[in-house]
Amino acid sequence: MAKQRIIVVGGGLAGLMTTIKIAEMGVAVDLFSIVPVKRSHSVCAQGGINAAKDQQGQGDHPDIHLDDTIYGGDFLANQTPVKTMCDAAPQIIDLLSRMGVPFNRTPEGFLDFRRFGGTLHNRTAFAGATTGQQLLYALDEQVRRFEVAGLVTKYESWEFLSLIRDEDDGRVIGITAICNPDMSIHHFAADAVHICTGGPGIIFGKSTNSYINTGAAASRCYQQGAAYANGEFIQVHPTTIPGEDKLRLMSESARGEGGRVWVPKDGKPWYFLEERYPKYGNLVPRDIATREIFSVCVEEGLGLDGKNQVYLDLSHLDETFLNRRLGGIMEIYEKFAGDDPRKTPMRIFPGVHYSMGGMWVDFEQQTHIPGLFAVGEVEYQYHGANRLGANSLLSCIFGGMVAGPKSIEYINGLKRSADDVAPSAFAAEQNRQIEVFDDIYRMTGKENPYDLGDEMGEWMTNNCTIVRHNDKLAATDEKLVELLERWENVGVNDASRVYNQYVLRTRQLKDMLQLARVICLGALRRDESRGAHFKPDFPERDDENWLKTTMARHTPEGPSLEYEVVDTSIIKPRPRVYSKS
Amino acid sequence: MAQKTVQLRVKRQDGPGARPRWEHFEVPHAPGKNVISCLIDIARKPVTLEGRETTPVQWDCACLEEVCGACTMLVNGKPQQSCSSLVDNLEQPIELAPLTKFPVVRDLVVDRQKMFKNLERFRAWVPIDGTYPMGEGPLLSAEDQQVRYNRSRCMTCACCMEVCPQINGRSDFVGPAVIGQVEFFNLHPSGPEEMGKRLEEMMGTGGIHECGNAQNCVAACPKEIDLTDAIAEVGRQVTIFAVKKFLHSS
Repeated sequence: MAKQRIIVVGGGLAGLMTTIKIAEMGVAVDLFSIVPVKRSHSVCAQGGINAAKDQQGQGDHPDIHLDDTIYGGDFLANQTPVKTMCDAAPQIIDLLSRMGVPFNRTPEGFLDFRRFGGTLHNRTAFAGATTGQQLLYALDEQVRRFEVAGLVTKYESWEFLSLIRDEDDGRVIGITAICNPDMSIHHFAADAVHICTGGPGIIFGKSTNSYINTGAAASRCYQQGAAYANGEFIQVHPTTIPGEDKLRLMSESARGEGGRVWVPKDGKPWYFLEERYPKYGNLVPRDIATREIFSVCVEEGLGLDGKNQVYLDLSHLDETFLNRRLGGIMEIYEKFAGDDPRKTPMRIFPGVHYSMGGMWVDFEQQTHIPGLFAVGEVEYQYHGANRLGANSLLSCIFGGMVAGPKSIEYINGLKRSADDVAPSAFAAEQNRQIEVFDDIYRMTGKENPYDLGDEMGEWMTNNCTIVRHNDKLAATDEKLVELLERWENVGVNDASRVYNQYVLRTRQLKDMLQLARVICLGALRRDESRGAHFKPDFPERDDENWLKTTMARHTPEGPSLEYEVVDTSIIKPRPRVYSKS
Repeated sequence: MAQKTVQLRVKRQDGPGARPRWEHFEVPHAPGKNVISCLIDIARKPVTLEGRETTPVQWDCACLEEVCGACTMLVNGKPQQSCSSLVDNLEQPIELAPLTKFPVVRDLVVDRQKMFKNLERFRAWVPIDGTYPMGEGPLLSAEDQQVRYNRSRCMTCACCMEVCPQINGRSDFVGPAVIGQVEFFNLHPSGPEEMGKRLEEMMGTGGIHECGNAQNCVAACPKEIDLTDAIAEVGRQVTIFAVKKFLHSS
């Protein structure tokens, strides 16, 4: 067999960890990223990464981390992989520390840990309030080492377009991708492919996500046969700064360090989370904090100046303490909102933040398509119906540590390499993609992808986020179908074959619309309330009918939904009540 | 009352080596609006102020909150991130141009790969033995952590490169950013051998001796990295290294 290669698509934490594990085992990696990997969306993660190292005498343990995660996720996550992740977390922190991540330290020089939402333990290691950036850089540096050693080849400013599958057994044998600087389309052979392309936040228009988080890569895999699981579970983060172009995250660590949420009521501050949830206070899980803020503003009409805004207040805390532990987010607030949060309470409101759902994978991170793996936010496995803060960085890195070695095991078991497949199979898919783009270049209608994208975002945000009603969800799906029709009427005003974002966005938009339907129809069908999915008409969790994973499959008529049993082999599902003291 | 608008002058270039030209645009104003929102407005309706149809302006961006470094460009002549460039803080027409120290790909998009290549050259990594469990990393004082964290916030955005007078057609100077990274890694207690290799390289072509001490870099850094401190410290390390090397060789 020819020398085997593995492709990793996506250069955030998940993609880089996967790459490191594969290269470390001596197998060559081709790493594709739509931006230089150091600019991946992982840089936006702020607050920290969880591991029950119990260094503060609180009696924390990986089993408690597991219980917090499963309970916080309202019992929708498969428990076996979550347990393995929580058990591995302390060693992951050690590894990151060895790589030189500048985690905050105790006076003696050990790692410091702070509290996050949905737990009563200080379990979160952090580097100021830019932990994601710091972890990404550390992994980037290790990948660069392997690049110098000749084991990793980076394709930066390249966008993944499609999978190439073997005609006989359907396994993945490569991908096609477009090189943005000259818009040329190429094919690449590989025996295994990892999709590590992050979440789909841009489907909601404005979110905390980066401009590049369209979900297009996941959608393309879904349209080529991969199942998409639990798409309806979208996390709306309670504390973001409203902005013209995006909603900027104000980390949960602000509350972990003592920040308080309030609105004025009867002339006095009303700390409504502390009053309603005496045990967890401001650190209830995100779905709950978000619904409370929404209800205080929209239903009780108590938002600041009549707007949908509440205070997130750090102004009672010591300045040096704040600068050392939360400097990064205070800078963001100062630069974009113009006030100093050390002196003035911040004005915040919930915003779309994270997708718990994603590509379906088995416990070895492999999708239904043989040889296709998925890691990070793009897959669905670790967070159930609601993700706990500081578990996402962990799941990205842990997923990569599983997927890398498992993909090598997989390719070692193959009888034929992708290199043994006739070149015509690769050329055929490449030509198909070239035609797709040629067709886009020829579009002469009146619509443009930015306005259509805004319309999709408004409908999805209004009807498919904090509060969901079946009639509105049905209307949203009709709208999405209409937008797909109107997409055909986009006009392309730029014939350039150099770095043509308009053309790339046009292509992405169609894939975003397909994925939006998965999210919307999954929500429409699920008649219960669980974690981030809340329907006032079905306000209770319904384990009898809905303790199951949604699995969407693409058909020409739209998503077809199936359901799968959830693994509850470790912790028996129990009611989720944070309000008891 | 007439609707408030924002005026922009944008330096356009169709591709590498093409002749640049300026175009003038007007887009709607909104409170809190940044330069990137203006560029998206232009993409929706690419028509110049004079009413001439043109192509959408191309630019790079990702995080939109000044942590990824992608969207750096010249805004009214100053290198900065266009996401955190709020129009209300800028004189109009807002002039947008690509960075000048890097090859232009198209319009405001430049190729900054040479900065990543510098990280390769100076071995900007901790040489870990492997990813398998080997216990905790080294202890580090809270004070050293604060210095390392300051250096580690470098997002390879190139503002410091753009303002450095030593980076020009006549010099190979590697620039301030990578020197900050050398200090960052030399501060990590992972063995003097790698430090020696980094310092040896710092004595080579375009190394630290090319710094002219203009100190523009530290003022331009959006992340307030103490670049001049880093340059002074690495300069000191290079001197000690060179003396030791001389003594060993004699």
